[in-house]
Amino acid sequence: MPGTMDEIPITPINTVNSTVVKTGGWRAFRPICDTEKCIKCWSCWKFCPDVSIAISENGPVYDYDHCKGCGICANVCPVKCIEMIPENK
Amino acid sequence: MMAKLTIPEEELMSPGHMGCLGCGATQAMRYVLKAAGKRTILSIPACCWAVMPGVWPNTCLQVPELYTPFETTGASISGIRAALDALGQEDINVIGFAGDGGTADIGIQALSGTADREDDVLYIMYDNEAYMNTGIQRSGSTPLGTWTTTTPVGVKGDWEKSPKKNVTAIMAAHGIPYIATATTGYPEDLIRKVKKALSIKGTKFIQIFSPCPTGWKMDPALTVSITKEALSTRAFNLFEIENGVYRITMKPKKTPLKEYLMKQGRFRHMPDDLIAKVEAGLDTAYENLLHLEEFTQKKAGSSQ
Amino acid sequence: MVKELLTGNKATAYGAMLARAQVIPAYPITPQTTIVERIADLISEGRMEAKFVKVESEHSAMAAAVAACNTGARAFTATSSHGLALMHEVLMWAAGARTPVVVVNVNRAMGPPWSVWADHQDAMAERDTGIIQFWCENNQEILDTVIMAHKVAEDPDIMLPALINQDAFFLSHTSEPVDVPDQEMVDRFLPPFNPKEKLDVDDPKGFGSLVMPPQYMEFRAKMAKSMDMARDLIRKVDREWEELTGRSYGGMMDMYRCDDAEFILFGAGTMMSTAKDVVDDMRNEGRKVGIARLRILRPFPFEEVRYLADRVKAIGVMDRTYTFGQGGPLYNEVNAQLYNHTNPPFTKNYVIGVGGRDVIPRHIRSLFDDLEKVQENGYGEEGEIHWWGLLDGSTPKEEM
Repeated sequence: MPGTMDEIPITPINTVNSTVVKTGGWRAFRPICDTEKCIKCWSCWKFCPDVSIAISENGPVYDYDHCKGCGICANVCPVKCIEMIPENK
Repeated sequence: MMAKLTIPEEELMSPGHMGCLGCGATQAMRYVLKAAGKRTILSIPACCWAVMPGVWPNTCLQVPELYTPFETTGASISGIRAALDALGQEDINVIGFAGDGGTADIGIQALSGTADREDDVLYIMYDNEAYMNTGIQRSGSTPLGTWTTTTPVGVKGDWEKSPKKNVTAIMAAHGIPYIATATTGYPEDLIRKVKKALSIKGTKFIQIFSPCPTGWKMDPALTVSITKEALSTRAFNLFEIENGVYRITMKPKKTPLKEYLMKQGRFRHMPDDLIAKVEAGLDTAYENLLHLEEFTQKKAGSSQ
Repeated sequence: MVKELLTGNKATAYGAMLARAQVIPAYPITPQTTIVERIADLISEGRMEAKFVKVESEHSAMAAAVAACNTGARAFTATSSHGLALMHEVLMWAAGARTPVVVVNVNRAMGPPWSVWADHQDAMAERDTGIIQFWCENNQEILDTVIMAHKVAEDPDIMLPALINQDAFFLSHTSEPVDVPDQEMVDRFLPPFNPKEKLDVDDPKGFGSLVMPPQYMEFRAKMAKSMDMARDLIRKVDREWEELTGRSYGGMMDMYRCDDAEFILFGAGTMMSTAKDVVDDMRNEGRKVGIARLRILRPFPFEEVRYLADRVKAIGVMDRTYTFGQGGPLYNEVNAQLYNHTNPPFTKNYVIGVGGRDVIPRHIRSLFDDLEKVQENGYGEEGEIHWWGLLDGSTPKEEM
């Protein structure tokens, strides 16, 4: 992180994409999708507050570096193919 | 992409932000940026969103953003628009993105000034019904009966004593061309309203009902489903006011308020008589809205 | 160059026009109102191309000006007294955001008691905000300073807001002949505002975010460094202006007949013009007196104060306001510079002209007489801080 007087700008100017912050460490429950059951409706992608679900031909692909494990995706899934698994198991 | 999507695929909000688990306000930002696109300048006052993009030098926002003092959102977006006009820069959306306290309370004077001048900006109030960034204190937008850290239940029942401030009515009184309410549980509707607002010249105002699992003492997984219950209980209503004409954009079948309240720790203390009083107030407000819709639409139809 | 009869407020409006201010958010307050009226006229007459944002408060005026500056436009506003106090939070913000907004403040007393007359409390209360402070004594200086302040504030090494002070009514509503410089000459002197960083949809960045303790201090130190660097730039800009117009305001401080002076009165604003006149008379009588007029309050002219300290026997500091519980503000500022100085001169504080009370030539003469007396015999009964002319018998009746 830039820190010295000469390195920093005159006022904080934000330029670094927040993806460098791995918020996945906050997660207590990990979403796991049973892609066999997935109907590719993309409700999980649509409602993810952490932009941590990518769309693929096989179903949602989780970005576990950033997913905080809120469980919205499992809750909105119409076929209930997403399960929240405790991280310590 | 082969997938059939109901909202734009482009993301202008990145992961790695500081929003809590299941934060509705982050969904609101994600959808607003999807609707507004890259040619947008955001102004954000003190609120959850002043922190959530990230600590310097990080940001989750892929549009230029200006952080400002708490009460200045209206003035700030007016200043940005005036500068763009002075510099001859056209086709740029200027959006203020403020919380309910920053809008209904401390920021209402500057917002009123902006609306009064008819400055060409969109003001978005993301409404999580309390000062959440500072730790769940009541705001003007906190509903009757709510527990917050400044409206404790205690032994005296010092919960919130006044109903939610009607900010859209205040904005309607300014005669601005477009006012809407939306919620994060219905992103297609939200995005349509933001796009519509940005297609209109003048001051536009959208209030986005954005659940806050942390402040509402609620399971974060319920962020989406709770908005549906908010609508069916009339705790929040979806409508737009275009040039004074009201249109209720969703009229769900009524469900009992108590079911909505009991899913949230902030309401669980409420005795039945208080719930009945709140429910009666919400039903009256909804009836008033229906009458406004009927009256303004009839008037608009007859004047054509 | 055209000579026109202008009030301080009209000179302010002309300054903003010649500086090509692009965004002017402003709110009316007595006695600033004729500034915004004149700006509205200049825009309406097609003589000035600026966006005048008729905000609902001074707080919003400053907030809109900062946002306009962040967007890349030259921003100007004007206020007075309670209006400046309402801006306080955003003056701090403008400094931290490094947005060089130029603000003209018509110095007026704070209420209660309600008073619309000249007093320096409003600006003195903003000393710690990080805003550069210019102080004027006539309408020519106001017009010239609006242009110079933009040049100083917008310099890439500085990037701090600037406040320009002028006394209520004595300047704001009093007409004087003022040279109005040619636009072409001003354009050569003051290039268009072009900040290195601004809100830009083609290069999106965030401005003014949260910073953690390991960095916050560095950002504040950078502000302090820029403020210190402004001293040399203010002197340089003053010299450049003199080359173009023949007018200099002394750079960091306006010293009048100070070279061999033994007794100096130091102060700000219009009462120092009166004092200069008195000094001319007293010089004719053989008295070694001089005037040091505050030109820049922030950054403080410490070198100039120490230069004087090496040469004079006593400095009487005139304050047109008071810091309750701690003497007059300028007295504090001057004394702070003298503490570590070898053989500092004697100092005494005269609180005078508060709330628009007249300061006339007889008063100035009395102050010099008093200063000479107490320098020799020590502070009298009235002490080190003397509320001059107070109706309590502490000032000799014939001197009031």
